[in-house]
Amino acid sequence: MQFQFESLAAFLHMDGHGPFVWAAYGVTFLALAAMALQPRLQRRRLKKELERQQRIEARRRAVEGRQSKAAEPA
Amino acid sequence: MAWQWFHRLGSPRWFYQKTSVWMPWLALASVLLIGVGSVWGLGFAPEDAKQGNSYRIIYIHVPAAFLALAGYYIMAISGAIGLIWKMKLSFVVMRAAAPIGAVLTFIALFTGAVWGKPTWGTYWVWDARITSMLILLFLYIGVIALARAFSREQVADKACALLALVGTVNIPIIYKSVDWWFTLHQPATIKLTEKSSIDPSMFYPLLIMIIGFYCFYAWTLIAHTREKILQREWRTNWVQQLMQGESITTESKEG
Repeated sequence: MQFQFESLAAFLHMDGHGPFVWAAYGVTFLALAAMALQPRLQRRRLKKELERQQRIEARRRAVEGRQSKAAEPA
Repeated sequence: MAWQWFHRLGSPRWFYQKTSVWMPWLALASVLLIGVGSVWGLGFAPEDAKQGNSYRIIYIHVPAAFLALAGYYIMAISGAIGLIWKMKLSFVVMRAAAPIGAVLTFIALFTGAVWGKPTWGTYWVWDARITSMLILLFLYIGVIALARAFSREQVADKACALLALVGTVNIPIIYKSVDWWFTLHQPATIKLTEKSSIDPSMFYPLLIMIIGFYCFYAWTLIAHTREKILQREWRTNWVQQLMQGESITTESKEG
């Protein structure tokens, strides 16, 4: 087991094949990272949506409360 | 009852709670294995005598292609279980598998094209293996599109399951394409029954990458399934509590 390249420059260049190899690895890791992060973003969106629902619900209850108070005979 | 676990499996809530423990371990295993396999494959595996350094793309190309195919089976079988046993959770798994499979198929096609340029002198050839993989990508995209085409979830589930099952015919064609039509794409390098045509010094990092991709697939599939469960069940008490940061205790019902 030893490192196959003389220098970092040689490792990046890979005898001219560097651009192909690094492009393949770069795009792959970007795609995998996106796949891994997507559930987190979905969770955040769902949280926001649920909070919005709760605010709407609270407002509705407040309005209903006021209306029932107003309807009571003085 | 011996069947109890099977019915439990069908419960989205039970699945969500059960898998919570696995997630960090699967994540750790996939990052470690893919990290080690990549470094080994890129820097320490010997150069290929014929293809030079461009062959190092094999370490992502082959695992991605493996999982693109295995993932299709998982999607189709989940759809079938959903149709046969009317299991909600199974359909959720099927839907989660579609975008993941599509991304893996895209990776296999893209890395293959980039590998083809220095090796064959062209990015794209309409040979049997590549064409059948492209059809696989379209099948995945078809399932994703079909899932969004219906407003009613149950109708969409059934339609997607049917499409996934019909598309299964493509998988053996992909597997056998390199044997049936001898074109540019090389035949299988790794064989289970006889000696593989790859040197151990190149094979070990590939094996690590394949196992790493399997872990990654399991991790992302479960993660996407869990999010879809929350989206589908957001009205229920347990999801509302979970989102408010309260821990849920599993109620074990004796039945």
